[in-house]
Amino acid sequence: MNSIIMSFENVTFTYMQEDESVKPAVNDLSFSIQDGEWIALVGHNGSGKSTIAKLMNGLLFPQTGKVEAMGKLMSEESLWDIRSQMGMVFQNPDNQFVGATVQDDVAFALENNGVPHEEMVVRVKEALQQVKMADYLDHEPHHLSGGQKQRVAIAGALALRPRLLILDEATSMLDPQGRMEVIETIRELRKATGLTVISITHDLEEAALADRILVMNAGEKQLEGKPDAVFRSGNELTNLGLDLPFSMRMTHLLREVGIELQGEHMTEDELVDELWTFYSKK
Amino acid sequence: MMEKMIFGRFIPGNSLIHQMDPRAKISFVFVFIAIVFIANSAITYGILLGFTLLVVFLSKIRLYFLINGLKPVFILLIFTFLLHIFFTREGDLLVDIGFIKIYEEGLRQGIFISVRFLVLVFITSILTLTTSPISITDGIEVLLGPFKRVKLPVHELALMMSISLRFIPTLMDETGKILKAQMARGSDIGSGPVKDRIKAVVPLLIPLFVSAFKRAEDLATAMEVRGYRGGEGRTRYRQLNWRLIDSLSLVVLVGLAGILVYFRV
Repeated sequence: MNSIIMSFENVTFTYMQEDESVKPAVNDLSFSIQDGEWIALVGHNGSGKSTIAKLMNGLLFPQTGKVEAMGKLMSEESLWDIRSQMGMVFQNPDNQFVGATVQDDVAFALENNGVPHEEMVVRVKEALQQVKMADYLDHEPHHLSGGQKQRVAIAGALALRPRLLILDEATSMLDPQGRMEVIETIRELRKATGLTVISITHDLEEAALADRILVMNAGEKQLEGKPDAVFRSGNELTNLGLDLPFSMRMTHLLREVGIELQGEHMTEDELVDELWTFYSKK
Repeated sequence: MMEKMIFGRFIPGNSLIHQMDPRAKISFVFVFIAIVFIANSAITYGILLGFTLLVVFLSKIRLYFLINGLKPVFILLIFTFLLHIFFTREGDLLVDIGFIKIYEEGLRQGIFISVRFLVLVFITSILTLTTSPISITDGIEVLLGPFKRVKLPVHELALMMSISLRFIPTLMDETGKILKAQMARGSDIGSGPVKDRIKAVVPLLIPLFVSAFKRAEDLATAMEVRGYRGGEGRTRYRQLNWRLIDSLSLVVLVGLAGILVYFRV
């Protein structure tokens, strides 16, 4: 199935439109996302990433251009229907936890959408199993780690059985372990359900896992392509204020001192593999 | 000190009282508060005290824990007790040491008021100790249901309550962090004259407010994205379940009222 799940067509959005000196946060942006893709939207602070997220779920409407989601034009009328088909996880784990306990929080979106009680119980359990938090039904948020809270937030989104999951800097406030937990959860979910994921991030290591990367700068699309293609344009990324993944920086540095490594390495394992077989291959 | 306080704390458990429907428990407490005022003699206060201890026993919350947790309340209790003893001048004179004169009626009143106070504090504490805040909120929402007719935003009130409860620990943590951050910058909150201490709280409160507003905004966004559109058309994940024991508890309460009226002087 190759249908388009989300598309932006010449979208421009400016905060405080009346003020001429304010530059548009998103400027003439066009892209489309296929059903089942994992897209990473990367960019430095102020590149317009968060505005894009808000445009995607109808918290903001573009001043010019069109946003389409699930085949519908985003408008006041279609808004709630579109929202019921997408889940969104935000940056701060604490500020999006609505329920008093894990299960209440997961059920929140279901309650809003009027899902009957029996169905809710099933879906809450199912969603929590998907993120491996089924043992924490009655836990309160302040007894959970950041990574666990974000997984609960993902479960809260999944309970609605969405077609699209948007992660808006969902890992940026987490410690490395929490970040791994969340990324691993997303990977497994993708494997199991083929869910479409848009992850908005400034962490290129996370972006490296995606099928396609969109690099944003000052409200415009700077680069687009598969992760390895995007990462090959190393300096350009660094100039945009983005840090290359450690393994790639290492590769670049090794090349600079004259060690002829073969490919680009997106993970440390790949790099290590090449390094320890380096001499034997020669 | 905060750890020992049991006001508003919930102790999970599986006792008879824990299993009761929050609606029943809340109604029970309110009716009980009214009933307490029927008592006016040694026997009736004795019955009340006995009944309360029975409830505590049924809740399987240790009396020691309860008393220990309510220490701050006891200070108030002793204060009212002494007030009654010293300022009621009726009945026979019992003690007369210089300026201290204790009369029989004063002693009686002091004991009665203390028992009344104690019983009320115990019963309300048992309510909050055995019912999770979220259940209390649910109970209140249902009990206030009829007031929707007069345009009381019952659902919104209940949601506000549950969100406030949910954020108490978060904001407590935050306060701790800000406190440490300010202490690291040399602010001194714990000492000096009262005026200085109050002034020192300001740099604590302002960041707390700023962050609370930020959180509120984030939360509102998250709620909207998750499809929150007010109470209409919403279903409930938590179902309340009125059982025989709940009806029985209220019957018992009516019985108690009857007994108290009978023994009343």
